[in-house]
Formats: sequence, C-alpha cells, structure tokens
Amino acid sequence: MAKKIMTVDDSSSVRQMVGLTLKGAGYEVVEGVDGQDALTKLKASPVDMVVTDLNMPNMDGITLIKELRKLPQYKFTPIVMLTTESQGSRKLEGKQAGATGWIVKPFKPPQLLGVIKKVLG
Amino acid sequence: MAIEIDTSAFTEEAYELLSELEDSLLELEENPTDQDLIGRVFRAMHTIKGSGAMFGFDEVAEFTHEVETIFDLARNGTIPVTKVLIDLTLAARDHIRALLDAAAGGDEADKVEAQRIIDGLRALDPSNSDQPAAAKAAPAAKKGAKAKDEDGPQLFRIRFKPHPEIFANGTNPLLLLGEVTDLGETRVVTHHEALPELEALDPEQCHVSWEIFLTTEEGENAIEDIFIFVGEDCEVNIRALDQEEELTTSPQKLGDILVQRGDIAPGILEDALKPIGDRLIASGAVSQSKVKAALEEQKAVKQKRDQKKKQESATSIRVPSDKLDNLVDLVGELVTVQARLNQISSTRDNHDLQVIAEEVERLTGELRDNTMSIRMLAIGSTFNKFKRLVRDLSKDLGKEIEMTTEGADTELDKNVIDQLNDPLVHIIRNSIDHGVEGPEERVANGKPAQGKIHLAAIHSGASVLIRVDDDGAGLNADMLRQKAVEKGTVPPDVELTDKEAYQLIFGAGFSMAKAITNVSGRGVGMDVVRRSIDNLRGTIDVSSTLGKGTSITLKLPLTLAIIEGLLIKVGDELYVLPLAAVEECVELSAGDVANAHGRHVINVRDEIVPYIRLRDRFEVEGTRPEIEQIVISEVNEKRVGFVVDDVIGQHQTVIKSLGSNFEHSEEFSGATILGDGTVALIIDLGKMVRFVESEEEESPE
Repeated sequence: MAKKIMTVDDSSSVRQMVGLTLKGAGYEVVEGVDGQDALTKLKASPVDMVVTDLNMPNMDGITLIKELRKLPQYKFTPIVMLTTESQGSRKLEGKQAGATGWIVKPFKPPQLLGVIKKVLG
Repeated sequence: MAIEIDTSAFTEEAYELLSELEDSLLELEENPTDQDLIGRVFRAMHTIKGSGAMFGFDEVAEFTHEVETIFDLARNGTIPVTKVLIDLTLAARDHIRALLDAAAGGDEADKVEAQRIIDGLRALDPSNSDQPAAAKAAPAAKKGAKAKDEDGPQLFRIRFKPHPEIFANGTNPLLLLGEVTDLGETRVVTHHEALPELEALDPEQCHVSWEIFLTTEEGENAIEDIFIFVGEDCEVNIRALDQEEELTTSPQKLGDILVQRGDIAPGILEDALKPIGDRLIASGAVSQSKVKAALEEQKAVKQKRDQKKKQESATSIRVPSDKLDNLVDLVGELVTVQARLNQISSTRDNHDLQVIAEEVERLTGELRDNTMSIRMLAIGSTFNKFKRLVRDLSKDLGKEIEMTTEGADTELDKNVIDQLNDPLVHIIRNSIDHGVEGPEERVANGKPAQGKIHLAAIHSGASVLIRVDDDGAGLNADMLRQKAVEKGTVPPDVELTDKEAYQLIFGAGFSMAKAITNVSGRGVGMDVVRRSIDNLRGTIDVSSTLGKGTSITLKLPLTLAIIEGLLIKVGDELYVLPLAAVEECVELSAGDVANAHGRHVINVRDEIVPYIRLRDRFEVEGTRPEIEQIVISEVNEKRVGFVVDDVIGQHQTVIKSLGSNFEHSEEFSGATILGDGTVALIIDLGKMVRFVESEEEESPE
C-alpha cells in the first residue's frame, strides 16, 4: 500500500510542487494549508510522514511539530521541515521540537525525494 | 509565502572564495602534487556550489558542480593535476565570476564558453562520467556514476551511537544503516551491552549502537550526507582507516577501540597505558625530568597553537570600505577645525586654552595616523592578480616568462591600490609584449630562454615605490627620438637626453610596436598610465639598458586624503604645493632676473633651472615684491622652479576635491581649508609644467 504523506504550506505553489513530486514517486499525498488545518486533518486521519513549512499563519511549523509529538500516534512519525536558512537557530529549534530532518529551500524534486527516502525508507 | 533571501551574503563570500581559488590554483600549478592545495581548491568550489544552490544561484551551482566533479577526481588521485586542468579550472573560475556579475546586473555570461570549459573538463575524466547536477542530495543516484578510484576503494570506520531518544524524532536508524550498506561492502558490529533486562527495557528508547567497517569508492562526504540529520544528537564518528596517518596514530586510539569492542577491560587499558613514562624511566632509557620536560614541551606547543588559532580568529573584522571613507572625511574635517583652534589659541593670551589646543593637536595627529593606517592594505593581492596576467599573456604570445614579486606586504592606501591596478596592467602588458623577447630571440642573444619580470614594492619615506623590471630588449632611445620627430611631437632640432626620450613612451598615441597585436600596439595604454599616476599624485621614472632590460618605477604617495604641503603666497592668495616634490627654496632678486636677459631661468649652484612665475600664470595684478622666492621642485625628473611672493611654511593639507565644475582644471588638483577658514588651491606641479610646455610649443617666440 502506498505510504501517505502530508504536505503543509500556506503557499499553494509549494504544496503543488511537493505534491506533484511525491505523487510522481508513488506516494499518496494530503495537503494542509497551515499548522492548525494540518493538525485537525492529521488527528482525523493518520499519515506516514509530514513535510511542513515553518512560517505559516494560525499555527507555525514548530508548534505543529510540538503538538504532533504530544500525540501517541505521531510520536515516531518522520516530520521534515522546510527552511530557508541553511543553518542557524530555526533548524536547531525544529530539531528540538522533534523534527526528523529538514530541507533547505529552494530545493529540487530529486533532493526532496532523497530526504524522504532517507527518513521514510 | 514569498521566499525572500538576502543574496549579498552569498555573493560577497563567493567573490572572496573565487579570489582564493585563483591564488590556490596558481600555487597549485607550481606544486601540482600538494594535497593541501588541491583540498583548498576543492573546498572553495564545494562551498560556492553548496551556498549557490541554497541562495538560488542555480546556474552557478550547476556549473560549479561540473567543475567540482572533475576536480574531485584530481583530489582522490584518479587524474593528475595538469596544466590543462589548471587552465580549465581557471577559466571556470572566471566563468563563475561572470555568472555572479550577470546576476548582479552585469553582462550576461558566455554560455558557449561555459560549454567549452565543461566539455574540456569532462574530457579529462577517464571514465567520462556524466553526473546529473542534482545528484549531490540523492546519494543513491550518485552511486555507480562515479569514476573508479585507481587507488582502489577506501576503508572507513563509522561509529554510530544514536541518542536514546532518537525514535522520538521520527528517525529510524535502520534506514541509515541501510543507506551505508548501499555504499559498498560492509561489516557491521552491533554494541548491545547497554541493552537492559527485558523487564527494564523501554522499547521507545534506542539502547544499541553500531560500528560499521565500510569499504567504498565513495568519499567521506557521501557517508556524512547519510548522517546529516542526526549529526547533532547522535555520536557519529567517521574515519578513513587505510590512510597512512591513521596507521601511525597514537596507541591510545587502538586501546579505545579494544575497550569499545569489549576485547579488554578499561582498567587493563589504563594499566597498560599509564606506566609508559614510568617504564621508560625504570628501564633507564630516560630520566624522570626528561619525560616531564617532554610532556611540558608538548603542552606548551599545544597551548601556543591554540592561542594562535584564537588570535587568528579575533584579529580582524570586516568593515564596508565606505564607512572607512566616511571616517577619513571626518578626520579631515577634524584636522581642519583643529588648525583653526590652534590659530585662535595662539592669538589669545590664555594659557588654559593653549594647553587644550596642544592636547587636541596631539590627539588629532594620532587619530589621523591611526585612521590612515586602517585603510592601508598590503599590495600582495594586487600582485597576485598579475601572476595570472603574466601567465595568460605570455602563453598567448608564445613567450616564456617567470614573474617574481618582492615586498608584497608593503602597505598602501586602499584607494591608491584600487587605482593602481590599471596602470600596472598596462605597464606589465607592455613589458611582456615589447620588452621580453621570444625564446628563440633570447637564446640567440645569449640570454636564458625564459624571460623575467620582477614586480617590487618598496617603502621610501612618505612614498611607496612600485618597480616593474624586465630583462627584455630594453628601450632604444634613438628609435624613440626618431619616432617622435616623425610624429611631430618633438621638433627635429631639440636634443633629448635618453631619460627624456624614455618619457616619450607615455605620450598619447605613441606606439613602438611593429605590428598591432591584441595585447598592445594601438598606442593607447602608456598615456593612460601617465594620467592615472598623475591622478594619484605619483611620478614615473624609466631607466633602461639596450639589450638588458627596462625598469619602470612608480613613486606613489602613501595616502590620497591628507598630504604634507608647502603653503605659499602669490598676491593676496595662498596656495599649497605638495611638499614631496619640493627640493629647496631660494631667493630670486631683481638682479638675478636682469642677468637672465628675459629668459625664465636661474642659476642654482651652477645648474640652469627654468622657472614659472605663478604671478604671471595666475595673472595677478600689482607689483612684485623686491625679493621673490623660488620653490625648486622635481617634476618628471626635471628641476623646475616656481616663483612665488612668499613661502609661509609647512601645512597639513586635507585634500578636498574641486567638484565637477573644475574637474578639468589644468593647474590644480584640489583645495584645502586653512585654519582661518580661507581656501587654498593645491597646485598640480606636473600638470602645470606640461601645460606651460605645450603653450610654449604652440607659440615658440
């Protein structure tokens, strides 16, 4: 059965780009438009992995990661964050919140798939 | 969400890396087997590629990736560092620069050139691999595409000890181990000593760690890439085991391994290690104090090295150069105000005020010197650029030329260095094209086939001398005279000394080249040199021996912002002459003038010196003083007198530009504000002399 990945971003173009790449690689994709929306959807229906942006309205990515890690069903789920900085506090902050890894924007589809392969197998 | 990235951080870093890259490549050309240098070149490209991709400079990243791929082969020894490789990498470096310039709004980079470089580089790869540009982030795609390592695969030891909480981050260590095994042949040892009894086991925690022995043709980078996400909260230690230094490493490392593998207990290791010094003493091989001394020495060296590292990281900060320019302007204002303060305090009979004025004078002087020294840069980086120029040009012209430099650490004002680049380029080009002969001609003349160009910077008082020597054909003074007469720049009956003849090469449109090459010979160039050096208030001296070589010396002021001046008076106005050019001041009496029979010359200790009367030049009305003063100066290697009414004295001159209205002034290079607020014009002696000479030529009565 195809693994299910949620992509969370307030930018529809980023969601589309991530979605197309993942679908092309055979994953099932669901979308969240911000942290709050994603959290609601993720509670209702489990996924195998989450790819989330950090800066979003309503609920940011760091909070989303923290909220998800509190839920037993998401305690060990791979969560990858999208960052614009290659280094620095955001990455560390995300890691401390419980993110599995990160992808630095801008990225190309093969990079995204490389990271997903790394954390999802 | 808009992705806004400040790219200036990247471009600044990239430009710096590129200049480092050039230096390293040129050095590498001389020491093609230096692994350190190869590593430096590789790292510079790796960084440019990596940050280029992150900052959205895709073209830069992709292009650099291609170059890096080939250079990686040189790094791991698959291909040798050859001249061809260096040529191509240098060209690639230029192309990356062009790409960056293009991104900053410059001209578009040449795509054909890019393809030429990449094709050339790919041709160097024995397996002719064709890696996709994005392969870096996807190790699986990279595998197999890489060229076979001639030295055979390398053995790595990877110690991977996950943090107990690793699962809580969604990381699955088994996937990482799987990725490692994908890289090559592996032997994995699992350390499960820490695994608790079943009753005490927390299944949500990771209790095991691994040691992997990987034999792979991939580099360390590929392994590091696997652990990139866990690097911070896991212990990951990657070592190449079959490198020579690893085999000769200290025995403690071996002990550590044994302890970790459980072969010996830590206590046994400690016992085995501890008495080493004692055992040596016991066996009589060495005395206790000697062992102690050796240990102290080791400690001291280490401490010193650490200190040095610390210092290196703390000794410099970067400041945008316009901030410094601002600071210099402010110091200039302060010097002017201080002069006013001095003047006022000297007219008041107030001791307290005078003390303060003196203190301010001292502090201002120190502040001025400090500020100026901040803007001083070593000329070395400029010299390095010329290494490249000499190398490329001599290759184009089929000449063999070695360039040597001297005094690269000589410091000059940043603005002087910036403006010195173009004139030096012209001079060196000229030396390569007209000076140094081709190898056959040189051998026929009994010289070594390889020519020499020597670039030297020497401190000389408040000036710096930059000398360009070549051991080429030298200048032919007779031919220069003949050419000048043919061109009509010099009348046939004028006799020029050799020195004067040499100066002819700086005339506009003067060319000695028999044929126009693409390097020089169009008659532009050396007059540009003269103009640039004039603007820098410098002078040019040429000496040459026919058949032996030519030496061109530029004398430049240390700084452009503040000069020592000689304050003089003509009529009611004050002017400043640059003190550096002044040789002496003598009196000009009415009798001297009468003796010269209307010619503007004076006899100074048996030497006839022509003079220019500033009163006449500036059309000052009124009568001349009974005794005038002549300031004898050296201008373009000739002594010329300037007749003034009175010499006031030395003056710290803060130079203010005249603004665009007076930009083309033939006689003044700037102005300065005196202590009482009046403005004094600064006379450009060289320009004035040339201007007077050209006027006289037009009306030779």
